[in-house]
Parts: sequence; C-alpha cells; structure tokens
Amino acid sequence: MILAVIARDLRLALRRRADLAAVLFFFVIVVSLFPLGVGPEPERLREIAPGVLWVAALLATLLSLPRLFADDFRDGTLEQLALAPLPLGLTVFAKVLAHWLVCGVPLAVLSPLLGLQFGLSGEALVVLSGALFIGTPALSGIGAIGAALTLGVRGGGVLVSLLILPLYTPVLIFGAGAVDAAVNGIGVEAHLSLLAALTLAGVFFAPWPAAAALRIALE
Amino acid sequence: MSHRPFHWYRYASPQAFYPLAGRMIPWFWALAAIFGVAGLSVGFLIAPGDAQQGEGYRIIFLHVPASWMSMFLYLVMAFWAGLGLAFRFRLSSMMASALAPTGAMFAFLSLWTGALWGKPMWGAWWVWDARLTSELILLFLYLGFIALQAAIDDPRRADQAGAILALVGVVNIPIIYFSVKWWNTLHQGSSLNLARSSMATTMLYGMLLCALACWMYAIAISLMRARRIMLEREKDTLWVRKELGF
Amino acid sequence: MIVDFVRITDSAVYHDVHRLYDPQGDSLFSKARMLRSSIMLAVSALECHRGGRRLFAGVGFCLGAGELLYLHGPNGAGKTSLLRMLCGLLPPAAGEICWHGRPIARLGEEYRRELCFLGHHDAIKEELTPFENLSLSARLAGMRLDEARVLEALSRLGLAGREDLPCRALSRGQKRRAALSRLAIDRRPLWLLDEPFTALDAAAVNEVAALIGAHLEDGGLAVLTTHQPVEITAGAIQRLALGDEAESCRR
Repeated sequence: MILAVIARDLRLALRRRADLAAVLFFFVIVVSLFPLGVGPEPERLREIAPGVLWVAALLATLLSLPRLFADDFRDGTLEQLALAPLPLGLTVFAKVLAHWLVCGVPLAVLSPLLGLQFGLSGEALVVLSGALFIGTPALSGIGAIGAALTLGVRGGGVLVSLLILPLYTPVLIFGAGAVDAAVNGIGVEAHLSLLAALTLAGVFFAPWPAAAALRIALE
Repeated sequence: MSHRPFHWYRYASPQAFYPLAGRMIPWFWALAAIFGVAGLSVGFLIAPGDAQQGEGYRIIFLHVPASWMSMFLYLVMAFWAGLGLAFRFRLSSMMASALAPTGAMFAFLSLWTGALWGKPMWGAWWVWDARLTSELILLFLYLGFIALQAAIDDPRRADQAGAILALVGVVNIPIIYFSVKWWNTLHQGSSLNLARSSMATTMLYGMLLCALACWMYAIAISLMRARRIMLEREKDTLWVRKELGF
Repeated sequence: MIVDFVRITDSAVYHDVHRLYDPQGDSLFSKARMLRSSIMLAVSALECHRGGRRLFAGVGFCLGAGELLYLHGPNGAGKTSLLRMLCGLLPPAAGEICWHGRPIARLGEEYRRELCFLGHHDAIKEELTPFENLSLSARLAGMRLDEARVLEALSRLGLAGREDLPCRALSRGQKRRAALSRLAIDRRPLWLLDEPFTALDAAAVNEVAALIGAHLEDGGLAVLTTHQPVEITAGAIQRLALGDEAESCRR
C-alpha cells in the first residue's frame, strides 16, 4: 500500500510536470544569479559554489513543500488517506519518498551542470551531486513536518520557511561542507556519513510528527 | 510532615490557577528586583575590571544570563507544550504560549548584548561564532513557534501544532548546536575563545545573581501573560465573567 | 420499520452493548459474525464543540446490521462533525463511539479497515481519470480489483465512455458520480456518507440509493446526511435530528 501511495504521487507529479519544471527552473535561476551578484572571478565563484548550490537547493525544496499535502487536503484525498488502513506515518513516509523522487533527485541530477558554471572540478561535481542525493531526503522529511503544521493556515507558504529553515541548518552545514571539503581536497567521508545519518533520522522519524500534525489539521 | 494529601493537580485547571498566579506574581517581581539589584551592584560596583577587556566586559552580567535563560526557557516551553499535547491539559499549553515571547526576548537580548560586547572585543558587531550562531537559530525557532501559534485561529489546534513544533525543535537543538560547532571549527581554525578561564569568584556570583533575577522575571512575566491568555480563551465561562465582574 | 429517533442521554444502552456483544474483545469482524450480533455501532452521550461553541451534546444511537441512520438538521447543526467523529477524524469532546463494543479510538486501523467514508469533498484527483481514481481508492482501501470490475462500477454510475477522461474535464455531477462509484465496489460494513446526493441527477440518485439499499440488504450499516428526500427501500431506518429540529422533536 506504501507503493500505491508512492505510485499515485509520482503519477500526479507526472501529470503536473509544470510544477516540477518551475522548481527546477527556480533552482537554476537562483544559482545563476549569484555570479551576477558577486562578480565573475573564477576563484571566488569556486569558493562560494558549495554554499550557493546548497542554499538554492534548500530554497527550491522549500518552494515545492506547500503542495506536498495542500492539494490532497483541499480535495478531500487526505481524509481518505488518513482513514486508510495504514498508519498515517507510513503514508507520510511514502509521500516523502515520492517528494524526494520528484524534487530531490532532479536537483541532484541537475546540480553538476550548474557546478560547471562555477568552475568546480570533476571530483567536486561528483561529490556535489552525491551529497545532494544523500541529503535531499532529509530536506523532504523535515519539510513534511512544516508542510503538515501549516496545512490550511493562512500565509502557510511563508510560515513553512520560518518553521523549517532553522531545522535545515545541519543538513546545509554537512552538505555544503562535503562539497567544500572536495573543493579543498580534504576527505569527504565524515561529512557524507553525517549527512546520511541526518537523512536516515529525517526520513524515518519526521513522518510521525508530520502525521500527528496532519491529524490535527484534519480535525 | 503533614499527612493531608496536597492536591497539586487541583491547580491544573485555569480557574483554580488564576487567583493563585495572581497572588504569586508580586512575589516574583519582588524577588526579581532584589536579585537584579544585588547582581548588578556586584557586577558594576564590586567585581574588578578585567585586565584585558577593561570595563566593557561587564555586559556579560546581562549577556550570559540571557543566553542561559533563552535555552532553558525553550526546554521548559517544550515540556509544557508536550504535556499539553499528551494529556490535553489546557493550562500547560497556555503556559507554553506564555513562555515563548519571554524566551524570544532573552534570545534577542543575548544576541544584542553579544553584538555590543563584540564590537569593542573583536571590532565587529557580528562574528559567526558558534554560540552566537546557535543563539540566532534558537531565536528563529522561537519566532517560528510564535508565528505558527499566531497564524492558527483555533486555540486548541494552535496549541497542538505549536507543541509538535516545540518538540521537534527540542530534538533538533543539540543536532543544530553540534553541527554549528563543527562548521565553526572547520571554517575558523583560530576560533574565538569566549571561555573566561580565570573568572573571578565575585564575577561568578554576580552572574548567578543576575541569572536568578532573570529567572524570577521570566516567571513573573509569563505568569502575567498566562493569566491574560486564560481570560482570553475562557472568556465565555462563568469564572471569567465573575472575575471580570460581569 | 421506522424507529423515529433515538437519543440516549444516559449510558444504559451502551453498557448493554458491551455486555452482549463483546465478552472477549474479539477482533474478528467476519460478515457472519456481524449478522449474528445485531448492534455493531453504539454511540453514547456524544458531545461536540466547534470554535468554542457547543454544537450538540448527549447524542447517542445504536445501529445494527442492515440498518440505516439518517442525520437531519439545519446547516451548521453538526451533521458533518458527527460523521467525522464516527470516522475517528474528530475526537469527541465527550462521549464514546464503540464498534462491536470497543471504543474506536483504541481500535484504530482495525476500525478504519471496516469503514468507508465519503465526505463533502469528492476526493477525486483532477489530473487522473475516473478509472485511475477508482482503482487508486480501491487500493487504498486494501482491495485489488481487476479492470473489468472497475469499469463495471463506473458504468453503473453512468460514466461509461468517460473512464479515460481526466476528471477536470468532467462536470460537477460527473465528478460526484466518480466519487460515488466507490460504493459500487466497496464491501466494507460501515458506510458514512455526507450528503451523497448533492449535485446528482435523478438517475444517479436512484442508482446510489439502490447501492445503499443493496449494502443494507447485505447486512451493512450506513449513516448518511441528506437534505433530499430519497427513497431507500431496504433495511430498518432510524432518524436522528440535530440542532433546532432535535429540540422540536423532543417537545
């Protein structure tokens, strides 16, 4: 049944490709604005690349979060999901995985192209993509809590940022840190394993508070 | 020892707690004033000037207690909020909402005094020191809690949503703190060391007294706020009408 | 048989339910068992608050196999809230809802497996076709259906030929039909339907009424709110009035 929820969300995302495209386009445009802001010196760009790419990925994820539950909430599907004979936490888990597949994975795939613009070396590009691959599930997981808490609340979109961005700091630190280490030729294992730990924690624990928040929103 | 059982939970209802809080508040104000005067006089009059930092260091008598309180209050807030979520105690949820602005104020105060201290010390208003950064994130967590509760109209739902957020925040605070520390040591090899290794005993006493003053102040002000929240939320009940003389 | 309306303010009946039908707290709800025991859903002294106001209090009823409960009442009387309480989405301010003698709050998933809820919203995804919508909701209900059964259910609700159109191209009434096509495949014993007949034309109303009738004849239970006078011929019918109507009934 978890698979059914994932398949459903993927199919919906496929029918709504414009949303996905908007998120990716946002990612590209934010990253591309930075050189215009700080100047084209390759040295400086290489230095800020990890942070810029990660912050842009964070913001792009944030942009896609409000829709995680809002559509289902509006058309009554969320009620049906909550009444399905499956713990709501597992349903949220499935939705988080689906969100990662349609948001995190494309970001990770796209990131090396943008890294090239910043003059990152081949190895750093691999690490960048890998770190995004490992770290974005945590973004989806933690984000689900924020999306669930602000469901049906006025000004929900802005509120999600306020609630979730502080909680994203560890992911940002280790994610950008890994790329930074790769740029400077230091070992990246420590960063990546901490990032993986955050992801595991985020994906497996975050759905439960998110489910509790959904039940509150459905009352 | 008295054998008469003391029904502490009798005060778990707003109706019983309201007058009790009203009686306690003046005492906490008085204690806050006493500790405050004592702490500040130790800090400004008795404690010796620091050899390296001159007189400017005296801001720590406000800065350090404020940081302590901001962290401590978040824990207390999460505790009350969690209790309210788990057992549906109205009063503890109200206490959580009442504590949040005070905690945010202390976090802000800590950042502000940190900046004031940083300017003469490091020559900059803001330094990305691990503690300051964590404090900043803590302030964001407080603001998120307050904003979430303010955005939800139904008080019961606001309480529950806020409680989930506070609990998630509590779990995350250590992770955030350690990640920020890790980040800080990586990026600033020569980390600015705030630890005052040779702190004079009088300075410590002064700081403790100030911390007690802040504590008493926090209790007094949040009790006052809790009383106001009680009246607001239970405005249709008989006891509030009687209290307000309708 | 028409029982006028049931309103229990003390818990006498509710205790009876406990004693009679759930001596060991058995969790097997086979259809045969259901048919043997007559009372399955027992509600007592239910109270609902919305926005700091008391919507209703002291609501109670018992529903057995093959019985239908109509919820009456003006807008805002709490019909939808009562239905959401019966689903377990909305925790009651006071009172208890028991399924086979056990409180639904404790049954959790076990209870959710037994119930089919159709709310105000259609729970229809605009991007998906009626066929996909129906297959999905069947899977979420834990059923695996072959294509033919899904198509048959859709055509019963008059959606033949529109199975593969995205739902956003359908009219309001057709969307409602797509949502109600769920009833044609649902075999769960308890149906909770919130205004199932809104936006439907006469033919669809008859079809849905027939589905509900068949469900009741099969030994199922249904609770529904409606403002339309609809003939459902099978089963025993109870009526429960909420709000002002309840007051006038009591007098």
